[in-house]
Amino acid sequence: MSAKTTEKKQNAFLNNPIVKAVGTQRLIALLALIIIYIVFGAISPSFRQYSTLVSIFDASYYIGFMAIGVTFAITTGGIDLSIGTVLVCSSLVTGALATKYNVPIALCLIICILIGAIFGLLNGLMVSYMGLPPFIATLGSMMLSKGFGSIFTKAQSVTWPQATEAAGWFRNIFKINIVGANGMSTPIPTGFILLLIVAILMATLLNKSRPGRYIVALGSNIEATRLSGVNVAKWQTLAYIISGTMAGIAGIAYAAVYSTLLPGGGAGFELDAIAGVVIGGTSMSGGYGTIAGTLIGVFIMSVLKTGLPFIGLQTHYQQVATGLVLIFAVFMDVANRKKRN
Amino acid sequence: MGDVILTMKNIDKSFVGVHALKGVSLEVKKGEVHALMGENGAGKSTLMKVLTGIYSKDSGTIVYEGKEVEFTNPKEAQDAGIAIVHQELNMMNHLTVAQNIFIGREMMNGKLINDKKMNEEASKLFQRLNIDIDPDSVMGDLTVGRQQMCEIAKAISRDVKVIVFDEPTAALTESEIAELFKIIRDLRKKGLGIVYISHRMDEIKVITDRVTVMRDGEYVGTLITEQCSKDDIINMMVGRTIYEDPKEKSSVPENAPVVLKVENLNAGKMVQNISFELRRGEILGFSGLMGAGRTETARALFGADKKESGDIYVNGKKIEINSPQDAVNAGIGYLSEDRKRYGIVLAQSVAQNSTMSSLQNFMKGIFIDKKKEKKVSQEYVEKLKTKTPNVETAVINLSGGNQQKVVIAKWLIKDCDILIFDEPTRGIDVGAKSEIYHLMNELAAQGKSIIMISSELTEVLRMSDRIIVMCEGRKTGELSIEEASQERIMHAATLRN
Repeated sequence: MSAKTTEKKQNAFLNNPIVKAVGTQRLIALLALIIIYIVFGAISPSFRQYSTLVSIFDASYYIGFMAIGVTFAITTGGIDLSIGTVLVCSSLVTGALATKYNVPIALCLIICILIGAIFGLLNGLMVSYMGLPPFIATLGSMMLSKGFGSIFTKAQSVTWPQATEAAGWFRNIFKINIVGANGMSTPIPTGFILLLIVAILMATLLNKSRPGRYIVALGSNIEATRLSGVNVAKWQTLAYIISGTMAGIAGIAYAAVYSTLLPGGGAGFELDAIAGVVIGGTSMSGGYGTIAGTLIGVFIMSVLKTGLPFIGLQTHYQQVATGLVLIFAVFMDVANRKKRN
Repeated sequence: MGDVILTMKNIDKSFVGVHALKGVSLEVKKGEVHALMGENGAGKSTLMKVLTGIYSKDSGTIVYEGKEVEFTNPKEAQDAGIAIVHQELNMMNHLTVAQNIFIGREMMNGKLINDKKMNEEASKLFQRLNIDIDPDSVMGDLTVGRQQMCEIAKAISRDVKVIVFDEPTAALTESEIAELFKIIRDLRKKGLGIVYISHRMDEIKVITDRVTVMRDGEYVGTLITEQCSKDDIINMMVGRTIYEDPKEKSSVPENAPVVLKVENLNAGKMVQNISFELRRGEILGFSGLMGAGRTETARALFGADKKESGDIYVNGKKIEINSPQDAVNAGIGYLSEDRKRYGIVLAQSVAQNSTMSSLQNFMKGIFIDKKKEKKVSQEYVEKLKTKTPNVETAVINLSGGNQQKVVIAKWLIKDCDILIFDEPTRGIDVGAKSEIYHLMNELAAQGKSIIMISSELTEVLRMSDRIIVMCEGRKTGELSIEEASQERIMHAATLRN
């Protein structure tokens, strides 16, 4: 086959309506996700079990919510480094409220989300009204939230109520155990449904609503958007509020799955979330964001995290694998874009 | 003029689906300034990219200094003595002038860079060009004009025999242009072959010896500049006649109401006590040299920059404008001089850009009504005769004139009655230019009021009903179109304190 026919085939592939609609990078990410899943399943029969799928889901929730949120900040052309520690901070504080101060769980959940939203607001104000670079502003609030959580719990770890306790009902939001007639309990990953609903809502917000349109536009060209009479400061702030709020929700998801929170933890979570966003195809320079892509990216990471031990590799290989996937996914996108120009 | 130094003959170049160059020829002699003209998309830049090795040609020959050559990359062309001064400057703003000039071939002192030596060499270059620039100053601190001089210095720092100027005056002030022309004449005297690309007719007449015109990727012809008129060149470029006569009298009725009144607007050094009135259906020209404060006045009026003081009345009612949002709500639209940076969102579609300022009218509940958005933007594409495959095309794929029309559509959809056109035809080719003029006249006839900032005197005289002249942040003249002339405007534009 000559070079020209290969090129033609590639062009036909790129111009295929399905490929165009989904986007090359998202398609590559989706294929990667499926291939990784199949390969793991082929090597390890136990990976194919239902319970493994449930643990994949369990590992994806908190990263998933964070990643959906930070997609907005990244689409504005900014970044939110604080989401990891904000997750831990809000979950620590409200976990302590629940266990030490007997605040009702329902209220705790609301407060948890609110704390995230407040940090988001703080970030948004610093970036849009005070004019701080997003990297610096959110680095600052990363440290703030890390310290604040530890101070509030006097540097002690917090364990949220267990599923067996009455106050542990909130875990059902993410996983319900249905006990069958034979006495075997089957876990239903309700969290996945919640994650999907939130993702669809957020995708609608980003693609079909005015705030979303403005967030994308200002990420592409903030001056032109401002001179069109759009209040860019407001919408830029909103993007960070969404990012923070989603980190608060992620805090609940984390507590529901992992129970115990350590003060000073959470640093590094944000990088996993950002990696998921980037693998999914959102542009780091702003002006383009995809929630569907973000979800795919997040699941690639949680399949790797959960699956590698099944094929005999320890968890820290996950870092290596994610790193490679990240670099490869973005490289494919860069290479494709070059070809098109 | 001396011997022929460069001949490009029957150059053909196709890209996927586009036949960009169809047998184009160009001949440049030593000691000649040769204008290369044509509308945007005529293929001038493509031809120059073939010459400098950025593109490879499909067929045709290039003979340089008597030998057939084919450069496969820009470096080969540079080494052979062909340099290009790009329209967009390729400078690193944080490095010094000398560091920029010698980037990639730094002078060394053992293993360390010898900045002192580079500064000395750069000084020598500037002496040769007869200009005074400190080689140790930071590039970003220089004006655009000065940066361009550095670009020229960089080009001649190699042993250059042919130099291509790609729209060199696009961002220069009158005095900088004069300085540039002096340098070009010097280079011509030294026997260099110079290719000069520009849209500005007046310059072509002043600086060039011959003109080669291209249209739609084809070679139209070569003329001796002295023996042809502006109209001859324009006719060759567009294949039709375009008149550039000044307006004779104002088309605004005596009793037209004042729609905008600005009183004592102040914003820094560039906007000092500016007052003026704009009437319904009027095109008010703002003339002056670059840096006179016209754009700054417009931006302060529009709320894009903070103003210190000043009252603004729209339709007789005093309004507060503290942000572009306030201005837009008052029915004022602004078309920036720098379209790509301030006017449009390049990556977004024609439809998305068109509705940017009036999105609240395109909602169905909380969702954007994409059908309506498409329909309305399609209407304006037809009204303004915007050339675009469809309204979902990203505006980055449109030509300058058509991008401008998308911005106009944005303000018309928002129903703005006062439009500020800041250099509306900058970087737009002759054909599209007359379309924009026509459009502005039509808008004025419909009762829209227009403030037009322009650095081209012919444009100001052709379009305006009244002319305000600024100099160094002050209003130095107000002329009715009947009394205005190039001389009177220039007089007011140079009334310094």
